[in-house]
Amino acid sequence: MNTALWAVLPYLALTTFAGGLVWRYRYDKLGWTARSSQLHERRLLGLGSPLFHGGILLTALGHATGLLIPAGVTRALGMSDGVYKAMAVGVGGLAGLMTLAGLAILVFRRLTVRAVLRASLASDLVMYVLLGSTILIGLAITLSGNGHDYRASVAPWFRSVFAFQPAVDAIAKAPWAFQLHALIAWTLIAAWPFTRLVHAFSLPLGYLARPYIVYRSREASRGQALD
Amino acid sequence: MRVLAQMAMVMNLDKCIGCHTCSVTCKQAWTNRGGVEYAWFNNVETRPGQGYPRTYEDQDRWRGGWTLTRRGRLKLRSGSRLRKLATLFFNPHLPALSDYYEPWTYDYQNLITAPAGDDLPTAKPTAPITWSANWDDSLAGGPELAQHDPILKAMSERIRLEFEQAFMFYLPRICEHCLNPSCVASCPSGAIYKRTEDGIVLVDSDTCRSWRSCVTGCPYKKVFLNHQTGKAEKCTFCFPRIELGMPTVCAQTCVGRLRYIGVVLYDPDRVLEAASVRDEHSLIDAQKQVLLDPHDPSVIEAALRSGIPQDWVVAAQRSPVYSLIFDYQLALPLHPEYRTLPMVWYIPPLSPVVDAVRDTGFDGEDAANLFAAVEALRIPIGYLASLFTAGDPAPVREVLRRLVAMRAFMRDINLGRDPDESIPASVGMTGSQMYDMYRLLAIAKAEDRYVIPHAHREDAGAPNDGCSVPTPVSLPFPKVRQS
Repeated sequence: MNTALWAVLPYLALTTFAGGLVWRYRYDKLGWTARSSQLHERRLLGLGSPLFHGGILLTALGHATGLLIPAGVTRALGMSDGVYKAMAVGVGGLAGLMTLAGLAILVFRRLTVRAVLRASLASDLVMYVLLGSTILIGLAITLSGNGHDYRASVAPWFRSVFAFQPAVDAIAKAPWAFQLHALIAWTLIAAWPFTRLVHAFSLPLGYLARPYIVYRSREASRGQALD
Repeated sequence: MRVLAQMAMVMNLDKCIGCHTCSVTCKQAWTNRGGVEYAWFNNVETRPGQGYPRTYEDQDRWRGGWTLTRRGRLKLRSGSRLRKLATLFFNPHLPALSDYYEPWTYDYQNLITAPAGDDLPTAKPTAPITWSANWDDSLAGGPELAQHDPILKAMSERIRLEFEQAFMFYLPRICEHCLNPSCVASCPSGAIYKRTEDGIVLVDSDTCRSWRSCVTGCPYKKVFLNHQTGKAEKCTFCFPRIELGMPTVCAQTCVGRLRYIGVVLYDPDRVLEAASVRDEHSLIDAQKQVLLDPHDPSVIEAALRSGIPQDWVVAAQRSPVYSLIFDYQLALPLHPEYRTLPMVWYIPPLSPVVDAVRDTGFDGEDAANLFAAVEALRIPIGYLASLFTAGDPAPVREVLRRLVAMRAFMRDINLGRDPDESIPASVGMTGSQMYDMYRLLAIAKAEDRYVIPHAHREDAGAPNDGCSVPTPVSLPFPKVRQS
């Protein structure tokens, strides 16, 4: 059971994730979009969307720090575990609250504004359930002040997955809330390519560097469309 | 000198009767699909009026186009690149659907299925009807609606009061296919591009990510967001037709035959400089200087060297657009002060002047009366200047004087009198030039109004695919996704 959950599922999810992204990019570029519904409603979106996106970007940064940087590194850098913990709970809690508040506004908007509801896809619903439950559990863990040191259980296992030697034992001793959070997150990652979340990979940073006016020749753009 | 070719259009506003045939045929061709019900790539608005979307010309509110920094550098009015990225998640200057209008249809089924009764069955509208793209058509709604016209608002109080002596004309609008397109510059994904062969501005649906900066960036509000596919869509200048030498749908179906399509040659390296001219009144001349004289041997040589085919150079020499802008000096760009160097030009209408003269009991065909009116009528001319010359009345007066002269000169000819050479001379033309101008404006046939060279496919890839039929060009129709 532990092997299935912590050594097989991650690879299934990652394979679906990578394969799904490639497939979607190859065959559904027309569907690869944030599908903005700002045309229909702007007041709630103006509140919820920056709040959610700001929160989730912070959260992603926090997860990268917590999961990818071993505790030994922060200690070597002179950061005591107490300081780390305070920062993780402080910044993480704030980011989580922002994300949750933003998401709540966005879900409320999607369900109550008729035009937005009608512009929604089935994949949006699935995405909202998975994303919402992941955030809820994660935030509950952070704010509950649970004393469990995930940098000794979840983080080593997470890194070991990418080293192709999954440390099943490490995660197996983590509390159930952490395990559930991780499980739903893997499901979300597997579902990612098939939802509107693909737009996260389209952050247009190239805009900062390119010339303002884009010229393309007819033949070049035609070749691109047919390949 | 690098040379590029640009498809451009001129509309002669005196001939527009506001019939909306261009809008309807355009809609049938391009936007009769889900998600773009509200979008009109071509619309006709009554001026004075709010336009479509409502008050789109109020750039303090909608932040379209370019502006100059204090140091004279060109920048997007909607903000820097960093600001664009910071507002990806919520664009504070995006028009809502209600600023366009809530589209509706009718329940026609009820006409057939209604039970027998005393009353005639009706087809009820599916949504409340509150506004549409041409709601204030022909000044419907009168001063209450028209007073929100941003152009009128910017004019002085005195002028607004005299609005009672109403004048009006129709303004058909499509995408301007600008030389310095701010929609292209606004797109964070680089999905909107200007084609090097013909200057047509297109959206690549494959790379559009629904960031909607283009909608804000365009000061003419001619980029639309398809709310079903989440991709931007815009006027394509009917490129599949243009490539085959056919005029756009709006031009071909125009009842008044007021549209002219032709090629102009331009120097892309002069665009930035022209758009950055400090004095707004000098922008028209700067814009004209970007366009090149296709009869100039050095331009021809440079064009051929830049890879423009010979027949395109010939088409540029025969271009009615070039004639109307340079030879006859009649066509003016719409809102040059947006600094996008728009490439749909307009011949301002004389009709407000003629109407004013006739309404005061004078002969509206008499040259002396009309010349005097062009000098005296400040309101309509001031209004036209706010549309076409960044507020400078002089170029508008010059155009109108030419139109007056043409009327007077041709009146003599039509009445069998000796043509009076002093009339064209008074506007710096000869009689034969004026007669040619009259022919182009009044009776030109399709082959003279539309001088459209074919796109060259013979140099396309796959030279020996054993098939003489050209490879199909990918159309910008998105797959309609069922929601």
